[in-house]
Amino acid sequence: MMYEGSSFMKGMILGGIFCLVVSFFETFNSGTHSEGHEHLHHHLKPVSKDELEKLSESQMSDWTLQVRVYCLIMVTPKLLVHWATANDTWSKHCDKSVFYTSESSKVLEAVDLQEQDEWARLRKAIRHAYENAGDLRWFFVARPTTFAIIENLKYLVLDKDPSQPFYIGHTEKSGELDYVEYDSGIVLSYETMRRLIEIFKDVDRCPERGNALWKTPEETQLATCLKYSGVFAENGEDAQGKGLFNKKSVSSLISDSMGQNPADVVEACCSDMAITFGGMSQSQIQVLMYGVYRLRPYGHDFHDSLTFLPPKDSDND
Amino acid sequence: MRSFKRHILFLSGIVVSVLLSKTCLLVLRTLTPSFAMTDSYTSTVRHGVKNRTAALDLSQKVRVLCWVMTQPQHLKSRTQHIRATWGRRCNIVLYMSSEASDFPTVGLNVSEGRNQLYWKTIRAFQHIHMHHLDDADWFLKADDDTFVVLENLRYGLSKHNTEEPLYFGRRFKPFVAQGYMSGGAGYVLSKEALRRFVKGFADGLCSHDTNIEDIGLGKCMETMKVQLGDSRDVLGRQTFHPYPPHYYLTRQLPRPRPWYLLYEHYHPVEGPGCCSDLAISFHYIDAVQMHTLEYYTYHLHPYGYKYRFNPDERSDNRNNN
Repeated sequence: MMYEGSSFMKGMILGGIFCLVVSFFETFNSGTHSEGHEHLHHHLKPVSKDELEKLSESQMSDWTLQVRVYCLIMVTPKLLVHWATANDTWSKHCDKSVFYTSESSKVLEAVDLQEQDEWARLRKAIRHAYENAGDLRWFFVARPTTFAIIENLKYLVLDKDPSQPFYIGHTEKSGELDYVEYDSGIVLSYETMRRLIEIFKDVDRCPERGNALWKTPEETQLATCLKYSGVFAENGEDAQGKGLFNKKSVSSLISDSMGQNPADVVEACCSDMAITFGGMSQSQIQVLMYGVYRLRPYGHDFHDSLTFLPPKDSDND
Repeated sequence: MRSFKRHILFLSGIVVSVLLSKTCLLVLRTLTPSFAMTDSYTSTVRHGVKNRTAALDLSQKVRVLCWVMTQPQHLKSRTQHIRATWGRRCNIVLYMSSEASDFPTVGLNVSEGRNQLYWKTIRAFQHIHMHHLDDADWFLKADDDTFVVLENLRYGLSKHNTEEPLYFGRRFKPFVAQGYMSGGAGYVLSKEALRRFVKGFADGLCSHDTNIEDIGLGKCMETMKVQLGDSRDVLGRQTFHPYPPHYYLTRQLPRPRPWYLLYEHYHPVEGPGCCSDLAISFHYIDAVQMHTLEYYTYHLHPYGYKYRFNPDERSDNRNNN
């Protein structure tokens, strides 16, 4: 009996080893989907609610104090109305907001870069911001035609280390190059800024004045310079994968959603934690300001883990 | 024979082991995705992280019946967007039209047209009085292009007694001595006000003497001694709005009253001080704007932002910086 039993056992052992080996090879094969890994690398999401709940009060308040944003708003006198609107609305929520202009305006304050070329102007602004950063470690570059919800930007980068290179926004492709779209805002960490200042010295890879015959948009020039510094574009998304950076207006996005998802217009449209919207008129921006910072239903409490205080001396938020 | 038996046992050992291992692995694999699936399920649950207890309590204590004045041609272009957004937040919602339908709409004994609006209002309130008087505490009338925030309406009404003859809305001064409430911005009647409106027509004290429904109702309210309430918030900012938000919120230089503010009973404020954070209604809202306001009110949220206006706190909020 024993002798027969041992045959059975030998059979079991052999069968078990066979199965283990087969499944080991299976997982090994599915693991070599490097495409999947690269894909994951370019999507950047905020810290999860579970993670936040694990933090202590003091860690939470440390993070709230550390995530401070320097806004670079690139204006021109042609965009005076949007300049004034940005000045009166969302830019007040940046820890520091500086308007950089191509030429000065008597009506509004700005750092006059005296530069008509957009790429040269952006470079100068970046240099100025880096030199005047103080203890601010996150930088947000936008035109005044973009509306930004800085609190949601802070939430996105809350658990990210600004001494690491980050270059975040809505990503698009230009050939093989991934770049962040200018119109929906560009987020740069302190380390990225530092690397940019360095690579700006490299006249071959990151020239200030390109070929006069054709102009490459600043957003791709920026991406190219960053690529040479080892910094790559990442798409900012919420936990469900919805893009947080939008170059379209809210009504345009809602309208699209009504066509594509008539049964679930708002849920399918835009993230609750959206950071930017573009292409909005000055009155739409004022309504958006009210819609974001004031209009709400009594009794709904979001139970957010952090608190951001409203800015001083402001009456529309 | 013996070695044959041994071989059989050996083979069956392999088979059993393979079957057992496969089953084990299968169970493990299906367990992992279902944890992930549970995760993604909870993260896509609507308003999953919000606490709505305060709002839910109010909806049980302050029951609102909403009736939306609409017509068959508007069901697809307008009314369906109300049904998809704020309509479902009413304790009861009735879509009143000249024809009954599966929308569902209630068919009133009227025809369509601007000159029929006051008949619609009269018939609608008579219908509600007959069928729903005890189903709600307050009775809201809205147009099919009005956006309403029910939670803020309930909050405003919670301090008032529905057995008193009261009506709330955006107060206009002309045409009626005590004034009247704008129809487009929506107005809400207490239970006693509803009883008196219906009684007024039953007793011949009120009659269909105009086509303009908000003026007509306002006159009847005056006749039946129903009081006009003040719907402004504690800072004096308006909650009911007869026009879309951009009419009011856009900053203006000091100027004489524009045409759309000429009827105002309370001194109108232009710019951000126009409108309460806890706004109740906006009017002339098209389908896209309806969903946009829904997104602004119930979804888009600045993470962690501490609102300036907290009406339940005792201190003066303006100085809370």
